[in-house]
Amino acid sequence: MNHHAFKLTLPILFGYIPLGMAFGVLFTTQLDYPWWIAPLMGLVIYAGAGQILAVSLLAANAGLVEVAVAMFVLNARHLFYGLSLLGQFRGAGWRKAYLIFGLTDETYSLLTSRPRSANREQEQHVDFRITAMNQGYWIVGCTLGAVLGKTVAFNSTGIEFALVALFIVLTIEQLKALGDSFPVWAGAAAAALAMMLVPATHQLIAGIVLVTAVLLLHYRKYRTDTMAGDANRG
Amino acid sequence: MGESSYLAAFIAISALATFATRVVPFLFFEKHTEHPLVKHIGRFLPAAVMALLATVFLQRSADWQAQAPGADALIPALLVVAVHLWRRNALLSIAAGTAAYMAIQQSGIL
Repeated sequence: MNHHAFKLTLPILFGYIPLGMAFGVLFTTQLDYPWWIAPLMGLVIYAGAGQILAVSLLAANAGLVEVAVAMFVLNARHLFYGLSLLGQFRGAGWRKAYLIFGLTDETYSLLTSRPRSANREQEQHVDFRITAMNQGYWIVGCTLGAVLGKTVAFNSTGIEFALVALFIVLTIEQLKALGDSFPVWAGAAAAALAMMLVPATHQLIAGIVLVTAVLLLHYRKYRTDTMAGDANRG
Repeated sequence: MGESSYLAAFIAISALATFATRVVPFLFFEKHTEHPLVKHIGRFLPAAVMALLATVFLQRSADWQAQAPGADALIPALLVVAVHLWRRNALLSIAAGTAAYMAIQQSGIL
């Protein structure tokens, strides 16, 4: 089972090590802080884009209110992620706080896509292990980048595509599991609109707000349809 | 404020703001877990978000100024789809696409 969880997180390993390193390198080259601050940020903040933003905020000596607002806005897409996991995390005890803390894009993707048995407690243990492994990879990446700094020599250009590939694979898996392509097209269309209309830093949240609104309308239609179906059957 | 206390406050505030975005649904919707609307969003949102993330990050991985705009990322992406529909082995699909992307980026052939 450990092996099973590890296999699920392998794509995250290939994505998080280079991305964590990119953050670490940026951190040591831009700032004058000790190297271990970089993995510390990976441990307590744990947000890819958020930490990269943090480097520029630190370099600019930004005010703390500004920091709070910027971090909240940048990560606002996470506001919607928990909705899919309310039931799964219920009754997870002390693990629940960590499961919520560790809900990055990639962990959310794995946890909402993987097959689950009826044994919720056991599944929560697996969720916990997946979350911890992912954060472990991220911290290793942050550490390597910060320690090695500019001396990073091996040519890993392009390895971060593993995360794009992971999102593609999970889209296909979601499509097969749902048997309904509507949310996939809605998500892709929302992304396209957001990319055309808003600057890069706000595209994810704009897209997610948009597609959530579309799903609300979809819910009304879906409900009317199912009710009509039930009425016909009854 | 001294430099190290600024850094400590900075990290604490960043951590809290990030955690706040993740914990909000659990604070406000926990009671409504069984509500049909919450269930509907919970059921369909992951597929929509996955497609959205794939689209946005795929667009950002591509070079749209190249001779064949976007081909450097679209070809590996299509390879991921093809390999995945063929074998349905997530790791194999991801490895194939990533290797193709790395080869294209490092050789600069596109």
